[in-house]
Amino acid sequence: MSQYLVLIYEDESARGSADEATFKKIMDEHNEFGANNAAALKGGEALHPTSSATSLRRDATGKLVVTDGAFAETKEALGGFYLIEAADLDEAIKIAAQVPANFGGVEVRPIRVFD
Amino acid sequence: MLAATIRVTGDIDVAEECVQEAYSQALTTWPKSGIPEKTGAWLTTVARRKAIDHLRRQSTQERLLPRIVDTDDDAEPFDGESVLIPDDRLRLIFTCCHPALSLETQVALTLRLLCGLTTPEVARAFLLAEPTMAARLTRAKKKIRTSGIPYRVPTAADLPARTDAVLSVVHLVFTTGHTAPSGSDLMRRDLVERALELCRMLRVLLPDDAGVIGLLALMILTDARQRTRTGPEGELLLLSEQDRSLWDRDAIDEGVQLVREALAQRPAGRFALMAAIAALHAQAPSWEATDWAEVVALYDLLLVAWPSPVVALNRAVAVGFAEGPDTGLSALEDLGAEPQLANYSYFASTRADFLRRLGRHDEARSAYREALTLCSNDVERAFLTRRIDELDD
Repeated sequence: MSQYLVLIYEDESARGSADEATFKKIMDEHNEFGANNAAALKGGEALHPTSSATSLRRDATGKLVVTDGAFAETKEALGGFYLIEAADLDEAIKIAAQVPANFGGVEVRPIRVFD
Repeated sequence: MLAATIRVTGDIDVAEECVQEAYSQALTTWPKSGIPEKTGAWLTTVARRKAIDHLRRQSTQERLLPRIVDTDDDAEPFDGESVLIPDDRLRLIFTCCHPALSLETQVALTLRLLCGLTTPEVARAFLLAEPTMAARLTRAKKKIRTSGIPYRVPTAADLPARTDAVLSVVHLVFTTGHTAPSGSDLMRRDLVERALELCRMLRVLLPDDAGVIGLLALMILTDARQRTRTGPEGELLLLSEQDRSLWDRDAIDEGVQLVREALAQRPAGRFALMAAIAALHAQAPSWEATDWAEVVALYDLLLVAWPSPVVALNRAVAVGFAEGPDTGLSALEDLGAEPQLANYSYFASTRADFLRRLGRHDEARSAYREALTLCSNDVERAFLTRRIDELDD
C-alpha cells in the first residue's frame, strides 16, 4: 500500500462567494466522501483562504523575511487536502475522483518514503 | 521478453538490465553449447531467472523494492520454463499508455518498451536529440515507479476508456509514420510497420474489442494505398490522381472484412467509422464513382462519436464532392472560428481547393500560400507550390 496526498485546488473567490445553501451542499459532499472512503482515509483538513497566509523566506543574507500572502499567487489555490492510502495510482485516482472540488480540481501526489 | 521480466522485477530499469544480461550470457554460452531450439524462450527464462536472483539479493538486503507489479496477481511460482505470456505485454501496454503520463511520453514508452526501438531510434521518430529523449524516458520510468502506476490490465469498468487511450497512442504512431510531420520523405515506413504490429498484437490480446478491430482496419486500408500516394518524382498524388490498380487488393479485402466485424458492434466507434470511410474509398472503382453521399453520412456519424474540428473539416471536404464546392465552402466557413484549425495547413489548403474549383483564383492563390506557410513536410509543400503554379498559368 502507498499513501497519496490529494490536494484540493479551487478558485477561492468563487468558493468564497458561494451562498449558504451551496456551502452546506459542499460540506455534505465532503461528509459523504469521508463516509464512503473511511478505510482509505488517513487524514484531511480544510484550510483558510490564502488571504490568511503568511510566507517566510530567507533573503540573500540569510535574514528571515516574513510577508503577507501565499507563496505563489495563482487563480486556483490550495484549499484543503486528504491523505489517503491506495494500492496503486489507479486506486488513488478512483478515490481522488470522488473528492468534491466544484470550483477547481485535485492533484494527486505520492507520499515519499525514505528507506 | 522484457514484459515478462518486468512482471518478475516490478521495475522497468531492473528488467532491462536482466534482459541485457541474458543476451550477454547467450553470447558466451551459445558458441559452446549450440543455439537452443527456442531462442526466445531461452532468453526469457534466463532474464526472468536473473530477475529472481535480483529480487533475492534485494530481500536479503531488506531493501524495499519499488514495484509496479501488482503482487497479488503474481502469485504463481516461477517454474523456470515460462515464456512470454501474452498478458504481460497487455499489462505493459496499459502501463505505457497510462493517462497520468503525457501523450508524447506514452508514445515514446510504447515505442521503447513494446516495439523494442532503441532510445536513439525513438529520438529519431520524434525528431528530438538523443539526450532529450533519454531524459524523457528516464523521467517517465521514474514517475511510473514513484507514483505507483500499476502494471496490470485495468478493471472492466475502466477498460473501455483505457483501451481507447492505448488506441490513440497506436493511431498517433501510425499517423506520424504515414505523413511525417516534417522532413523530406512523406512517410516513415518504420513507424507505420510498428503501429500495424502493435495493433495486430492488441487484436490477439483483446480479440473482441471493436475499437481495436476498427483501428486495425483503418490502418490496413490506409496503408493499402501507400504505393500510389507519391508519383515518380516523389511528388504527392491526390486520391483522385492515384492509379487504383496498384492498390494492395489483399490488404483491402482484409480491411473490409475487419470493418464489417467492427461495425457489427453498436454504437460504432470512431475508428470503425473512419475505417468504413477508408473502405468506401478503397472499394470505389474510380474517384468519380465514389459514393460521396455515403461518405458524408459516415462523417455525420463520426462527428457524433468523435466531435472534433478536424473531423468537421474532413466532412466539409466530402460535402464539397457530394454537393459541389459551393456547399463545401460554406460548410468550411462555419468552422473558420475553430482555434484548433487556425494553424492547420489542411484547413487552408481545403479552402484553397474549393476556391480554385469555383474559379476564384486570386483567393485560391492566397489560401494556398497560407497553407504553404503552415506546412513543414517537403512533399506536401511541393504539392502546394505546384497548385499555385498551375493557377498562375
